[in-house]
Amino acid sequence: MLLQAIAFYVFAAVCVASGAMVVVSRNPVYSVLFLILAFFNAAALFILIGAEFIAMILVIVYVGAVAVLFLFVVMMLDINMARLKEGFLDYLPIGAMIGAALLAEILFGLGVLGGTHQGTVSAFTKAGTQMLTIDNTRAIGRVLYTQYFYVFQVAGVVLLVAMIGAIVLTLRRRPGVRRQRVSDQLYRPTGESVTLVKVPTRGGVS
Amino acid sequence: MIIGLEHYLTVAGVLFTLGILGIFLNRKNVIVILMCVELMLLAVNINLVAFSVYQGNVTGQVFAMLVLTVAAAEAAIGLAILVVYFRNRGTVEVEDINAMKG
Repeated sequence: MLLQAIAFYVFAAVCVASGAMVVVSRNPVYSVLFLILAFFNAAALFILIGAEFIAMILVIVYVGAVAVLFLFVVMMLDINMARLKEGFLDYLPIGAMIGAALLAEILFGLGVLGGTHQGTVSAFTKAGTQMLTIDNTRAIGRVLYTQYFYVFQVAGVVLLVAMIGAIVLTLRRRPGVRRQRVSDQLYRPTGESVTLVKVPTRGGVS
Repeated sequence: MIIGLEHYLTVAGVLFTLGILGIFLNRKNVIVILMCVELMLLAVNINLVAFSVYQGNVTGQVFAMLVLTVAAAEAAIGLAILVVYFRNRGTVEVEDINAMKG
């Protein structure tokens, strides 16, 4: 139990620290890399709590797809970073104030910082139901493909729409590019592609 | 030392606050704002999974997967819009995005 607590605190600390580095880092490439670190540590927290499937999905989807997409866009766009960071310190006082207020509200609401409803969150914990009789992936599969089947289908449609939307948005036809058009090549009539030339003897073709 | 539900909810709360703070601090950079939105969605996922495990009900994890799906779709569309905008205007600063004069 002590080992689990130590692991939790280490992963949570690294997760929060890299989340903070995402916000304050000067270079967006570093931001993306810290975002990846935060996702890895969140996945470790999920494994610690016993949700292995979500942890693996998190690593595959976020680190494998989303973070690489971010990295690609950050490196593809030629952005003037010095200008983008100009107003950073102007917003720091009000941002820190609002952030501190929000964090205090959340922690009060959880009953972590004291307050009247101390320990109300623990009431949501059902003792003894740790889902140990069946492994995590099988438990998710049993409800995902039966009870939440339509939701699952809608998620697929959302991904399809996102894919088509991204392609349609970024596709562009440049005017000066020569492409191979296979249908035009196939429909080309024989008359204009082959000409018969009567070659005179000892004359050759001009 | 028992790690309870409150610990996970506290981590999620701190991450969510960091996301909001990032949106406040990086008001010019659309890419970092998108990353902060991803951070906030991660906090929501931690909440969902923590409640799901501690209640012994797997529904929360199913919905965490749906949040993951929507986050991936949002990142793809947002970055596509960003690329198109940069191609047209040559900048991604939030202050310059005022073509509609709303």
